[in-house]
Amino acid sequence: MELISILLLVLPLIGFLTVGLFQKQMNRNLSGILASTFIFINLILAAVLFNFVSSSNQTVETQLFDWIKFGDISIPMALTVDRLSALMLLIVNGVGLLIHIYSIGYMKEDEGVNRFFAYMNLFVFFMLILVLSSNYLMLFIGWEGVGLCSYLLIGFWFKDHANNDAAKKAFIMNRIGDLGFLLGIFLLYSTFKTLSISEIAAKASLMPAGDLTLTAITLCLFIGAMGKSAQIPLFTWLPDAMAGPTPVSALIHAATMVTAGIYLIARSSVLFVLSPITMNFILIIGTATAIIGGIIAIYQNDIKKILAYSTVSQLGFMFMALGLGSFSGAMFHLTTHAFFKALLFLAAGSVIHALGNEQDIRKMGGLRKKIPFTFALFIIGTIAISGIPPFAGFFSKEMILSAAYERGMSMGILATAISLLTTIYMFRLIFVVFYKPESKEIKANHHVHESPRVMLYPMAILAVLSVIAGFVQMPKLFSETQGFDNFLSPIFAKASGLTAASRQVLNVQTEWLTLVIPISIIFILIFLSYKRFVNNKEFSVPTGIQSVFANKFYFDEIYDFCIVKPLAFISDFFRGMLDQTIINGFVNSVGNGTLFVGKKLRRLQSGNVGLYLILMVFSIIAILFFNIIL
Amino acid sequence: METTVAQMQIIPLQYYILFCSALFSIGVIGVLAKRNALVIFMSVELMLNSANLLLAAFSAYRNDPAGQIFVFFIMVVAAAEVAIGLALLVVVYRSTKTIDINALNRLKW
Repeated sequence: MELISILLLVLPLIGFLTVGLFQKQMNRNLSGILASTFIFINLILAAVLFNFVSSSNQTVETQLFDWIKFGDISIPMALTVDRLSALMLLIVNGVGLLIHIYSIGYMKEDEGVNRFFAYMNLFVFFMLILVLSSNYLMLFIGWEGVGLCSYLLIGFWFKDHANNDAAKKAFIMNRIGDLGFLLGIFLLYSTFKTLSISEIAAKASLMPAGDLTLTAITLCLFIGAMGKSAQIPLFTWLPDAMAGPTPVSALIHAATMVTAGIYLIARSSVLFVLSPITMNFILIIGTATAIIGGIIAIYQNDIKKILAYSTVSQLGFMFMALGLGSFSGAMFHLTTHAFFKALLFLAAGSVIHALGNEQDIRKMGGLRKKIPFTFALFIIGTIAISGIPPFAGFFSKEMILSAAYERGMSMGILATAISLLTTIYMFRLIFVVFYKPESKEIKANHHVHESPRVMLYPMAILAVLSVIAGFVQMPKLFSETQGFDNFLSPIFAKASGLTAASRQVLNVQTEWLTLVIPISIIFILIFLSYKRFVNNKEFSVPTGIQSVFANKFYFDEIYDFCIVKPLAFISDFFRGMLDQTIINGFVNSVGNGTLFVGKKLRRLQSGNVGLYLILMVFSIIAILFFNIIL
Repeated sequence: METTVAQMQIIPLQYYILFCSALFSIGVIGVLAKRNALVIFMSVELMLNSANLLLAAFSAYRNDPAGQIFVFFIMVVAAAEVAIGLALLVVVYRSTKTIDINALNRLKW
């Protein structure tokens, strides 16, 4: 078993080195197949581990080597596979494999395709380090590594400067969050004298709830999660990250990297449960992000940007679940979201591929008949994300909503309203792209074709998963199948034991109402959006409050004004004042001084013998004089 | 011998020292301030002779003949130096037609 976990880590690294070092020589088709094979083997190994861990409820710990050993400080590199890691392993390797296979078709004509697959394998390697690590510092290595791969892959088409700017923006905003994470790690070490996750959980469970140190630690860790998982105020990199190829958006910015923050908090559940202030803060930030992301998504006109803001909103929803204390709810939604969001992104890639790289939905329409398979897959993903039963999204959202209702009626209604926003923007997307009468660009385009099978099959598998993945966790009304919760309960047992359970339990009628009313509102919303978006001939420019929404709440502009411009000003000031004037001046003055002294001393060598004699005589007199005096 | 020495010792030593310092200074100023090469040579001779006189005076006052022997050495050196110096001056005169030392400035930067 230990060998399997080591192999899991090493195989994507070998894939990266093989494809990466032989980029120029390797055949274009071979790189994709090779990379996908490594991930396929990884998936089989992950399934073996998952089976072992779920059947025996043991944790597989593997010590790799001692990394830092220095006096009292000892931080080894070690891998931990427990149920939570095994779940993430399946998601990362499974969705990763499907996206690798899809990319073989999508990136076929690109000249950098070998580099692409090398980076994708490197990304899987770092993500696995993040998931498998047993101490916070090793997790941070994986954290930084996935940020790096995100930068490399967003800026994949590096000849266009806008892509490079987007990549830099993503990396820098991640870095800001990482500062918080690092502070958290320092605080963790100084409080607990160890960085191993299990040891910290054991020691922390003895501390009282609401302890200030724990609150500080958890706030710092949450700031790290804010940067990585695109919460307010560090979310503006995610829509810009759509400049990268679509499989990158699907893998990194929907299914895996952005879920790293949630994984971190779920792993440290003991610490968070003991800091109610942080939990409330997470709840507020998650709710705000979900609302703002959803509202902005309604007004976007680029397919990928709509899906990007949808991801921001769904991540906010997951953080809401964490803030409410429902850790398994957040992980369940993470799993189902990985499936249907990856499906939606891949289907969007299929639409873009079919139209020859067109991404503006105002130039689309009537594609229902032209690309029917893609349409079917898109519809499945949309129904799943809107939370319509019996698709997967319904069950994961129900789990979160029931946690919200247990907190209080108003919280529950707010959470329901947020999940209804999803319906609006997703069905707007469907109706405009597939149902509206064809735009003139579509009519002029004679090459609208369906995607090749290598792209359709992975999407089909994801569609099947989006349909059936929900049935492992049913709402308590219908049945007692609490598969997901039971699966992860050993992980969160310690945390659940520490929470003060003051929950409101709803009676059965109210529970039925909370299920039925939102579903009926969903259908009303679908009908209303149909009327609004399909029949509307032109896209009007929004005015009033809607223009604030359409301009993304001016977040980018505010950041530019408040942060970027002052920084640029300070940096210019330092360049002019310190660098040019002081440091350059100092170095130049050394040179000038030497020249000056040289000019003066040169006069000694006048070639005039009389001067030499005078100097000689005076020097002898001076020497004698000083010898007599001293 | 003793009477000559005794006669000499009537004049105190300080006068000899002062007199030789004055001679030496006149020689130095002559070397530094004159442009005529022959005058410079003469001034150098003056300096050497002042040293000679001082040596002889000290040797008389200390009853030590070593000083006077050293005067002979200095005179030999002075003679040799004058021979070579005047030979050099003749060669320089042949090429520059002057004995002004400022004419010898070709090594100047």
